[in-house]
Amino acid sequence: MQHFTGLLRGLLMALLIVVSIALWIVLPAAALLGLAILLAAWMGLTRVGRQAAAITRIGIATLPQRLGASSVIIIGIAGVVGVLVALLALAGGLQQTLRGTGNDDTAIVVRGGASAELDSGLSRESATLIGQAPGIARDASGQPIVSAEVVVVTNVPKKSSGTDANVEIRGVGPRSWAVRPNVRIVEGRRFEPGLRELLVGQGARQQFAGLEPGETIILNAQQWQIVGVFASGDAHESELIGDAETVAATYRRTGFQSVTVRLESPAAFDALKAALASDPRLKVDARTTRDYYSRQSAGLSKVIRIVGIVIAAIMAIGAVFGALNTMYAAVNARAREVATLRAIGFGATPVLVSVVLEAMLLALLGGALGALIAWLLFHDYAVSTLGANFSQVVFRFDVSPPLLGTGVRWALAIGLIGGLLPAVRAARLPVTTALRES
Amino acid sequence: MKYLHLIRAALMRRKTRTVLTILSVLAAFLLFGLLDGVRVAFNSGGTLAGVDRLVVSSRFSIIQSLPESLVNRVAAVQGVRLVTWANWFGGYFREQKNQMIIFAIGPGYFDAYPDYGVTPAMAEALASTRSGVLVGKAVADRFGWKVGDKLPILGSIFPNKATGETTWTFDIVGIYQAPLAANRALEQQILLNWKYFDEANAYGGGQVGWIVVKVADPADSARVAQAIDALSANSDHETKTQTEQEFNLSFAKQIGDIGLIVTAIIGAVFFTLMLLTGNTMAQAVRERMPELATLKTIGFTDRQVLALVFGESVLLILIGGVFGLVLATLLMPIVTEASGGMIQMPPVGWRSWGIGIALMIAVGAIVGILPAWRAMRLRVVDALAGR
Repeated sequence: MQHFTGLLRGLLMALLIVVSIALWIVLPAAALLGLAILLAAWMGLTRVGRQAAAITRIGIATLPQRLGASSVIIIGIAGVVGVLVALLALAGGLQQTLRGTGNDDTAIVVRGGASAELDSGLSRESATLIGQAPGIARDASGQPIVSAEVVVVTNVPKKSSGTDANVEIRGVGPRSWAVRPNVRIVEGRRFEPGLRELLVGQGARQQFAGLEPGETIILNAQQWQIVGVFASGDAHESELIGDAETVAATYRRTGFQSVTVRLESPAAFDALKAALASDPRLKVDARTTRDYYSRQSAGLSKVIRIVGIVIAAIMAIGAVFGALNTMYAAVNARAREVATLRAIGFGATPVLVSVVLEAMLLALLGGALGALIAWLLFHDYAVSTLGANFSQVVFRFDVSPPLLGTGVRWALAIGLIGGLLPAVRAARLPVTTALRES
Repeated sequence: MKYLHLIRAALMRRKTRTVLTILSVLAAFLLFGLLDGVRVAFNSGGTLAGVDRLVVSSRFSIIQSLPESLVNRVAAVQGVRLVTWANWFGGYFREQKNQMIIFAIGPGYFDAYPDYGVTPAMAEALASTRSGVLVGKAVADRFGWKVGDKLPILGSIFPNKATGETTWTFDIVGIYQAPLAANRALEQQILLNWKYFDEANAYGGGQVGWIVVKVADPADSARVAQAIDALSANSDHETKTQTEQEFNLSFAKQIGDIGLIVTAIIGAVFFTLMLLTGNTMAQAVRERMPELATLKTIGFTDRQVLALVFGESVLLILIGGVFGLVLATLLMPIVTEASGGMIQMPPVGWRSWGIGIALMIAVGAIVGILPAWRAMRLRVVDALAGR
């Protein structure tokens, strides 16, 4: 019978842990804050709560005596949170950069079925037809604000490894400056149409070798000069841009890869899409640039996120065992103290709460430490990977406040699990034997 | 060895602690097993890479092709045993998420790549059917394709000359199965006749994506590669000839420095692990001071006590570590299987096992050294008195 109740208690415990972790993950931050306030109120106002507060204070005061053991929880959890935050920041940075590249004011037209510009091909006639479609904004001279673009890839060595990487060259039309007003020259000057001149994006200049203004690079056996640097704050910074006609001539291309257009208003997109779809001479897909670029990051950032969470989860399991070890040791070391408290009238609940709180406090410290390390090491650190156009996309780690919050949440969850079982043992400690033990 | 039971007794002294420590060591080495396989796969350029194969591609970029006329000139280079070529085709089946790995392959491709497990009859069927394709078993199973089926593909780059659109219809003439488990990734591919591709695509003919060369003597590769590159020097189609391994690696490197990321994560994991087990060992020895003193009293030498504690620490890590690696070894094929071949988890190789065991002993030694030293130096009188 005793065996049976023990089993039942174990099952209940496991259920309790699972439920609390599930709650922990779903609850919004505000609810968690509310929970914390509720706990504080309980500890301040009720008799049992005040007892719990008192025991917790004693526990925290004696922490320095158990510094070595306690640091296991802190460092273990810092490791988990550091890795988790770093990998999520990697995924977040990629998503942020690509999502920020698009907006609802511009649309990109590619060949029907093409999943990226590099897969696409549009004839000159198609490009002209697309420019005449309704919904496209016009400039002061009445010309549609469109840019028919040629996208090619060239090999440029990466600074970090010295090995060749695929770098995107975008040949843009004369009105591209109006299509993308966020592109501004930060060094040098614009390229001259008709000349073999290129502008390099800030990100590309930083990641790849030999892309400083004044240097020349070889495109398809022809020399091109870099005449300036541009910033746009988005994925285009990973590219080099030049004049579409000249790039096309170098690569002996007759058509284009895509046409990007400025819309009269975000609402005009539907009209444009419908007009292009109904034109029998065209077989193209139109998407807002926000839609197009968001989709590009979806796959890879999801993979990085899943990998990050799986790795962190395995590490977290390790950290839970470490925390359990430490808290069991702490409970054993304080057995007499706890028994004394129980003997002079303290209840079991305050003991339980105090042990859990102590573990969670250590976990909080660890989580904050891990998040801080991830932020110091990685925030804004630039990296590049292979993007949808089979070319490098430069982006930065984005250690955002919500991510830090996620990290701390994981830390507290580990602390909760690591503290709960030892806390139950402490609360159920038989007072007489504990007092007798030396 | 005769003191093994003493070490066992020491480990069993506090079962909870030992079990918890072993479990966290297990988690660390499970992670190591999973990640090291990925690191090795990314750094070796895949298991398929043959040492006697060279890949000739455009020096300028991946999107540029080479003239077909180059193939014969490459074949004439001394030391070249076999030449074939391929082109990237790509595309998807029905929905954009079903992206396919499709190559147009030149004649003799399977002589250069016996790894596919394509039988001569299958190769013959492909050669004699203009619009035929060979399909890997993994991808055929995923979509339920059979020999004789029509396969509609929305090609990624090349429009069909006849229609001007990128829709292509192929006939499945064979389903191949890679004989080696390590080459299962090949079963994700679809292979079509380069000749048909060349005639039917609207972007003009006579172009090959890359040339595959089998050299007579792998030791001679560097010279052959140079001779091939010299053929097209200063032309508009300069080539870069690499071993297949280098060629594959250059792709892996473009995704990112996976090796560095993995090493950093493993580093963080092991730093944490060392701290954790180091603390456990210190605790275990501190508690057992009187017992160790007793051992010394009954005649154990300082060295024997040192060895006992040291052995305990190494054994603790070894138990957890071996379980972790076994779990990783078992888990990898399950992940690959469960994903229907979509995720190819590299199996835990003997190299990972070797590095893993070395790491276990190293971690065990590092965390054991201080407590062991302390145990060796303890003064019997003080320890027995509980001072």
